[in-house]
Amino acid sequence: MARYFTRRLAQMVLLFLVFITLTWFLLYALPGDIVAQKFAGNPNLPPEARQIAIARLGLDKPILNQFTDYIGRFFTGDLGYSFNEYPRKVTDIIRERLPRTIVLFMSALITYYWAGFIAGKYLAWRRGKRGEMAITVGGVSLYTVFYPWFALIMIWLFAAKLGWLPINKFLNPSKWRQAPFPANEVVLRLFWTVAISATVLFLIQLAASKLRDINSQRLVRWGGTLLAIGAFFAYWWGVPSGEAMRFYAGDIALHLVLPVGVLTAVNFAGIMLLTRSSMLETMSEDFILTARAKGLPEKMVRDRHAARTALLPVTTSLVLAVATVIDGGIITETVFSWPGMGQLLVGSVLSEDIPVAVASFSFIGILALFGHFAVDMLYGVLDPRIRVSGSN
Amino acid sequence: MTDLIDRPQLPGDPPEKALSQAVKSDALWKIRWALFRRSFRGNWKLFRRNRIGIVGLLIIVFWGLMAIMPTIFFATGFWTTSVYDPVTGLERNPPTRTVTLVNEVTDPDSQIDFKGLILDQRLPKDLQLGETFERPLQPAPPDRRHWLGTDPLGRDIMSQLMHGARAAFGLGILAATVTVVIATLVGSIAAYFGGALDAFFMRLADLLIMIPALAVLIVMGAIFKFQLWHLALVIGLLSGFGGVAIVLKSQALAVKVKPFIDAAHVAGGSSAHIIFNHVIPNVVPLSFLYMMFTVTGAIQSEATLSFLGILNVSTSWGLMINLANTQGYLLQGDTYWWLVFPAGLAVTLLAAAFFLVGRAMDEVINPRLRRR
Repeated sequence: MARYFTRRLAQMVLLFLVFITLTWFLLYALPGDIVAQKFAGNPNLPPEARQIAIARLGLDKPILNQFTDYIGRFFTGDLGYSFNEYPRKVTDIIRERLPRTIVLFMSALITYYWAGFIAGKYLAWRRGKRGEMAITVGGVSLYTVFYPWFALIMIWLFAAKLGWLPINKFLNPSKWRQAPFPANEVVLRLFWTVAISATVLFLIQLAASKLRDINSQRLVRWGGTLLAIGAFFAYWWGVPSGEAMRFYAGDIALHLVLPVGVLTAVNFAGIMLLTRSSMLETMSEDFILTARAKGLPEKMVRDRHAARTALLPVTTSLVLAVATVIDGGIITETVFSWPGMGQLLVGSVLSEDIPVAVASFSFIGILALFGHFAVDMLYGVLDPRIRVSGSN
Repeated sequence: MTDLIDRPQLPGDPPEKALSQAVKSDALWKIRWALFRRSFRGNWKLFRRNRIGIVGLLIIVFWGLMAIMPTIFFATGFWTTSVYDPVTGLERNPPTRTVTLVNEVTDPDSQIDFKGLILDQRLPKDLQLGETFERPLQPAPPDRRHWLGTDPLGRDIMSQLMHGARAAFGLGILAATVTVVIATLVGSIAAYFGGALDAFFMRLADLLIMIPALAVLIVMGAIFKFQLWHLALVIGLLSGFGGVAIVLKSQALAVKVKPFIDAAHVAGGSSAHIIFNHVIPNVVPLSFLYMMFTVTGAIQSEATLSFLGILNVSTSWGLMINLANTQGYLLQGDTYWWLVFPAGLAVTLLAAAFFLVGRAMDEVINPRLRRR
């Protein structure tokens, strides 16, 4: 296992170097005179000022030197300065954008994985019965729906037509004029409260599934759920620091509803189908037959024997989904004008803000690398067959 | 999948006259053809049981017919290029509506103010307050000449939809073909030879799986001003050397250890002969499955990129939505439904159809998923 681990780690570093090299050269090869474009508003730019601007952006050195400099600085955590917002550091911009992306996609991921797993479980169990066809067709059409179009239709329906929800952006500026906190502080606070209560909720469900008695299981499940949700509300209504922020957190939460809802509608079908086929494969295994032959109740066979084994590929896809959050976020953030990493990437590429583009791109790469690494390690832990072959 | 060939006869299969005759007549291609027909018939029987797959197939056939239509219409003279061309066509006599010039607009359908008059170049400029005139309506709602109305530039939506179907099919089929050819070759070669070649292709696949596809396509599309076939090639290369290659390699590995490969070795078959005649034919059924999923992905990527305005294309469904969005009609979906819904539904339906067919094929190819 240790050898496997180190080998994978070395591979990862190598892959990342290839990735960032390709990205850097691809982006710095963008056609067009960057400096001329940045000063397009000023036609009378003297040549000296132009030289100074080029030197300031670090574009006067030979391209190979620029690259080696960049890589050297990259590993010390210095990503350079943005071209568009010149004196601003790239790390600063990313630090501002990242929490917003995390909040949006963690909420969406939790919602749609939970919904998709439950739906897939029932679908596999009720195979061939009425409703399967309807759920499958509905799920697949949502899964393959043309996503930007669907999101815009939802905006039209819920925001423009019915007026229930805000149209876009992640807060309403007119409510924030007097705000005593920076928006990101509220975003992070919101994230932590949601994350903690979700974790508690998950642990309670896990504990409940370990109980043998159906009645005490039900008690723990419902009691725990109420407790976790109660604690969440108690923080925002009871604790002074939470209460002061509640108005602003509520504004952000209201802006979250539509994107999270759309992401859930589109993505849950994928998880549902994955769970279904994984359940179907598990259900044809011998140990399910054994469990039934022992006379265990159907619900127990479904939840304790089949669903748990079927969880393996779903877990894998969850880890990978976390890793590709920003990539998937590009469309969502563009359509909903959500100022996160995805929007940053598209915006910086289209406006040729190259340091920002390279940085956000390599950020995506690092996330994806760690995701794949985590999946491999997780498989090693979860599936004994892989663990054995890995150590040999 | 070897069981496509040596699978026992299904109860409904017709008697094997063709096969036994072919074996007697001793021509190799005849035997192959008969075997192919037999396995095709058996698989078609399995496929037909899946109603969802049939629905998908029907949708594909429908859009296929839609893609052929404009050629017939233009050839028979039913449509003229000057009016119905998807890019340069223009309806010169659109329906009109009587509009009054007022200071303050209360009913946008029958009134216009001075600002609106100046902004629209097509309107007469020498009007007095309170005067009425006939305002040409563009985008115009559906009528007998334009079955799905016209877009803000006076072009026929139905024609754009049909040409969009053509673009989607071309893109999808090209991308899927490139993917499958590359992935089958890479997978079979990597599995057959193993060693350094295998390691190289698999690490390459790891790298390609890792990179965020949409972000890469956006960057490359923006830099190189992609046309449709560029996009198809890049999608094909990315998935052909990437994830699909890994799946097909594991399939080829399972084939490689079968006795008939050893037999071919013993009989003196060269590596190339074994790969092309024994390994690849057994990997191909699985590769068809990934062809379907690649088409789904390609159609959606194209629509997304055109929607963002990155692709250099003349007609596509994504571009139609882009136009409706940038001109502000998307948030008036109830009045201008013919600008908003046909194109979006077309992308959704065609992508879903290929996905459904792929899933139905999965049940044919993967016996473990079959209903018992």
